[in-house]
Amino acid sequence: MKERMTIGRFIVHLFVIVFSFVCLYPFLLVVGGSLMTNSEAINSGFKVIPDEPTLASYQILLGNGALIFNGYKITVFVTVVGTCLSIAVNGMMGYVLSRKHLAGRRVMNLYVLLTMLFNGGMVPWYLVCTQYLHLKDTYWALILPSVVSAWYIFLIRNYFTGVPEELWESAKLDGASEFTVFSKIYLPLATPVIATVVLFAALGYWNDWWLGLMLIDDSTMQPLQMLLRTMISNIQFLQTMSQQSSEVQAMLASVPGDGVKMAMVVVTTGPIILLYPFVQKYFMKGIMVGAVKG
Amino acid sequence: MIYQITLDKSKKKGMKSLKNQKKLKSVSGKKRKLGERILLSIRNNWQLYAMSIPAVVLLFCFAYLPMGGLIIAFKKYNFRLGIWGSPFMDPWYKNFEILFKNNAVALNAIKNTIILNALFISVGTVFALALALCFNEISNKYIKKITQSITFLPYFISTVVIGIFVSGLLGFENGVINRIIVSLGGEKVAFYMEAKWWPWILLIVNIWKGAGYNAVVYLATISGIDSSYYEAAKIDGASRWQQTRYISLPLLKPTVITMTLLSVGKIMNSDFGLFYNVTGDMPTLYETADVIDTYIYRALRQLGDIGISSATGFFQSIVGFFLVLLSNWAANKYSEEGALF
Repeated sequence: MKERMTIGRFIVHLFVIVFSFVCLYPFLLVVGGSLMTNSEAINSGFKVIPDEPTLASYQILLGNGALIFNGYKITVFVTVVGTCLSIAVNGMMGYVLSRKHLAGRRVMNLYVLLTMLFNGGMVPWYLVCTQYLHLKDTYWALILPSVVSAWYIFLIRNYFTGVPEELWESAKLDGASEFTVFSKIYLPLATPVIATVVLFAALGYWNDWWLGLMLIDDSTMQPLQMLLRTMISNIQFLQTMSQQSSEVQAMLASVPGDGVKMAMVVVTTGPIILLYPFVQKYFMKGIMVGAVKG
Repeated sequence: MIYQITLDKSKKKGMKSLKNQKKLKSVSGKKRKLGERILLSIRNNWQLYAMSIPAVVLLFCFAYLPMGGLIIAFKKYNFRLGIWGSPFMDPWYKNFEILFKNNAVALNAIKNTIILNALFISVGTVFALALALCFNEISNKYIKKITQSITFLPYFISTVVIGIFVSGLLGFENGVINRIIVSLGGEKVAFYMEAKWWPWILLIVNIWKGAGYNAVVYLATISGIDSSYYEAAKIDGASRWQQTRYISLPLLKPTVITMTLLSVGKIMNSDFGLFYNVTGDMPTLYETADVIDTYIYRALRQLGDIGISSATGFFQSIVGFFLVLLSNWAANKYSEEGALF
């Protein structure tokens, strides 16, 4: 059905397209900025399309390649291990909570639900992690605290509740253990919801800087996002001081400039953007299922 | 042969546990002793209980231990004695006295948290709703798909990267906004030095990050609306605007109210990353952009003041808990499905 273009429809299209452009613009700006020469950035500011594109920023960045490569290794490791653990732990818990006749199910449900409503906050959490669990400066610190999520558990539980009970019964009759039923029958059936949880968990681990900020002081153990943060805060600190002292200004010239910062953004965020077109529908599905009851 | 036997054995076991399960169900009508019931259930379902252990332990470590650790707000923290060994303050509410009596910075952070969140919730909801309704009006499949993908994209970016985006736009020397101001003949603005701009900057960043995400939720509701309503309206000669005004909006109301109530429940908490990374933790901006979470973080990690940071955190947790209960009660009252629990 062809509808004619009225003023109303024009405004609607304009609004959506302008906002899309606003959403996209910073990404383009960062890519443009990373391809600029330092002098062009200083003379004419950042541009989406630089006059004379150059890979100089990336060369400087790869000059410190060992650091970036190390960060990449840590982030990939944390993302892979964390996501696998997350699926295993939350999946099993979701399965257990979906067994309708299990004694104590209500208590366990409440045990999970309460963590959504109430939390101890940053200070006790920090003290527990550092003083009692001794996570400071270990790779576990980047993984364990965000493995379990009540939201994932309930998402999986709700899906499993919809699986016909007969499947479970016939598997049990054939002598399958609960774990076998879970891993061989329920998990494969739940592919859509598992895909959603995998993607949310992986995104969370990849983008995480909070655990690095709180629990990792050793600079050789920092994940990518935290490296990026350290880089900015050093530059930013110097920039605020630069009005006062010429010494600092001299230092500022020697630290990696804005172009390198932007190249670093491209390097750290690139994988997400490349995967985005393939995975976004799973995210949308996940939000639709879980958003309101999140 | 051996295979056969093991199979038979396990089959028998499976039968047995199934039978036991039935038995358990059939007798549960009559009252068995609690201890006996627990033992029987563990014997039959030990595999299930074993499977729940990892999640139960992790939740205990990272959620329940910190909850118990809230007690530190009433104590004088001693590194060697730990959370549970440290002595209580004298009087026990002393940390709170310090917090509320002469601590303008903390009170300012509490004030900012509520004001900024109220701003985010109200403007953010209206914007996301408008975006969803506009998406719904676009009939070209490709435009709709592409614009929806693009507006959803910012949700995938870490706040560290968003901080760099913002500094690229607002930077004093190279920032795009300042370049535009200068080219229009204006004076450069030192955004990172002037606190007054930041409620608006943070609002825009928050909308930029979240509008596409929230629009997905509203779009899901709109696509669930029975199309016969629209057809009937069309026959009666209703314009697109009238259809939106009198069908879509009223039917979206429950979702909007539920989502709003649930975010009101979280009004004491803020997205730490947004405030920490996007402002670059600049002291010049604390006046308007310092929130409870950033304040606690500074008191804990930079000043090492466990007393004041834990008292603030305690206040945040308790008020937050009651607000969540209250908002959930209200959501429940409003519509049965809308509530969290």
